[in-house]
Amino acid sequence: MKSFGRAVHAEFTKVTTTRLWWILAIIMVAYVALVAGGLTAILGSVGAGTRGPVIPDDQRAPLIYSFGSSIGYVFPVLLGALVTTGEFRHETLTPTFLATPKRGRILVAKLVALTVFGAAFGVFAMIASVGAGSGVMAAFAQDAQLGSPDIWALIGRAVLAMALWCAVGVGLGVLVPSQVAAIVIVLAFTQFVEPILRFVSGLADWSAQVGRFLPGSASDALVGSSFYSLSAPSLVALDWWQGALVLAAYAVVAAVLGYFTSWRRDVT
Amino acid sequence: MPAGVIIEFTNLTKRFGSVEAVSDLSFTVEPGQITGFLGPNGAGKTTTLRMLLGLVSPTSGTATFGGVAYRDLPSPLGTVGAALEAASFHPGRSAADHLRIYAQAAGLPRARVGIVLEQVGLEGYASRRVAGYSLGMRQRLGLAYALLGDPSVLVLDEPINGLDPEGIRWIRLFLRQLAAEGRTVLVSSHLLSEVQQSVDDVVIIAHGTLIHRGTLASLDMVDSKQVIVDSPNRDGLHWALQAAGYAFRSLRGGVIVDKADATEIGRVAFAAGIQISSLSQKRAGLEDSFLALVGEEGAL
Repeated sequence: MKSFGRAVHAEFTKVTTTRLWWILAIIMVAYVALVAGGLTAILGSVGAGTRGPVIPDDQRAPLIYSFGSSIGYVFPVLLGALVTTGEFRHETLTPTFLATPKRGRILVAKLVALTVFGAAFGVFAMIASVGAGSGVMAAFAQDAQLGSPDIWALIGRAVLAMALWCAVGVGLGVLVPSQVAAIVIVLAFTQFVEPILRFVSGLADWSAQVGRFLPGSASDALVGSSFYSLSAPSLVALDWWQGALVLAAYAVVAAVLGYFTSWRRDVT
Repeated sequence: MPAGVIIEFTNLTKRFGSVEAVSDLSFTVEPGQITGFLGPNGAGKTTTLRMLLGLVSPTSGTATFGGVAYRDLPSPLGTVGAALEAASFHPGRSAADHLRIYAQAAGLPRARVGIVLEQVGLEGYASRRVAGYSLGMRQRLGLAYALLGDPSVLVLDEPINGLDPEGIRWIRLFLRQLAAEGRTVLVSSHLLSEVQQSVDDVVIIAHGTLIHRGTLASLDMVDSKQVIVDSPNRDGLHWALQAAGYAFRSLRGGVIVDKADATEIGRVAFAAGIQISSLSQKRAGLEDSFLALVGEEGAL
């Protein structure tokens, strides 16, 4: 147990001693703040009577705040995947396995350490979306709902979603140790493949039942609000805790498969 | 540092598909001295060392430290320090941070980081990112990692690669000091000349098989069958040697006679009435013996 704690500590230090995490965090915060603030401003200035989707006043704040995770989630995934594939790329698995020869222990330690990091990313992203969104709402004299316990519950669930996404990134990284391949998969899946799958799966009842288990759908179910539910309101969703379990299952299954396909192999 | 530990390889074998990289290798490495692990490139040295360190699983056989496999050591970095050929550093991380991570993982005091950086002479570069390091500095950082746990065994794969002459002299003295402290030191190299000034014992492998095991001096015992002879009357000497049926080469410094004995050549010259100015049995260099043992590949 003591040795596991040390392994988690070391995995955590690995992330803080390179520039990757804060570069990703800065881009994420800027991107989330721009989208959340910008969209609030656009919705506020066009006002009622537009042809776009009508957002009731009470749904505005949760929708805008959820941008922290609904568009920000790709950053913790990238962090988890890049940190893990970097171990293969820079051959740092050699000193790692020499210092801690129990390889399974290191993989679990990495999942734990990066889940914590993902939660930190969640906090940063929610500060960006809530900060920018509520600021612009205040400028338009709209209710930012910062006193609502529901909003704070949503913020908490979004942080949990971001934490789990980072673990999914670790799972992907150990399953696909090639850094370039992992980046391509993350970007293609999150920006292209999954949005299409989610849209198409919503067209029939049976496929909607399957589609709600897609990682993005599970994440949105966990957070409880997103612009997807706005564009396709008929989507069947999981309960929030089911969404969390599905997301965690993706991380664990990928990590277990990766343990057998790459992690346990000869390091040459 | 605990007392010296014996490294034991027992029937170690590794097959990659149909290729047998290491075949039934058995030998021991004793504490308190430097053992050179030699063989041409591709002989299976790195695979053997990686099996010893639990990074590669053997197809069969075992490699242990006093009977305990690396994976089962209670304190791996405190028992064995390893620096392997591959530069295993994240280029964006500083040397101190690199070492701090593994000190944390192994539960070593943080002060060890500064101590080992000073031991290898990198204290002035501790906070510089590894991306800016020269090959020689990376070798030193690899060595610093190996020393992190003050281990009683050191396993170094090609530690002299990439070092300048000053660095080579430094590492020789350094290894000598580590062995004098009672540690077990195993150093691999593909060039005997690189390590012959430092090692006490040699283990030579080629094609994954053990071909020689003994002291460095035991390599010198391999007899040379060449004689160097010269005469003011070179033509006469050539004629005499030819008549006696010897194969020879005439060089500026003398005539080298193959498969010959100095006494015999002296007798041939004397019988032919040729005055000779020098005569000696050519002493086989260690490198020649080494090359003869490992065969053609040694030339690489």
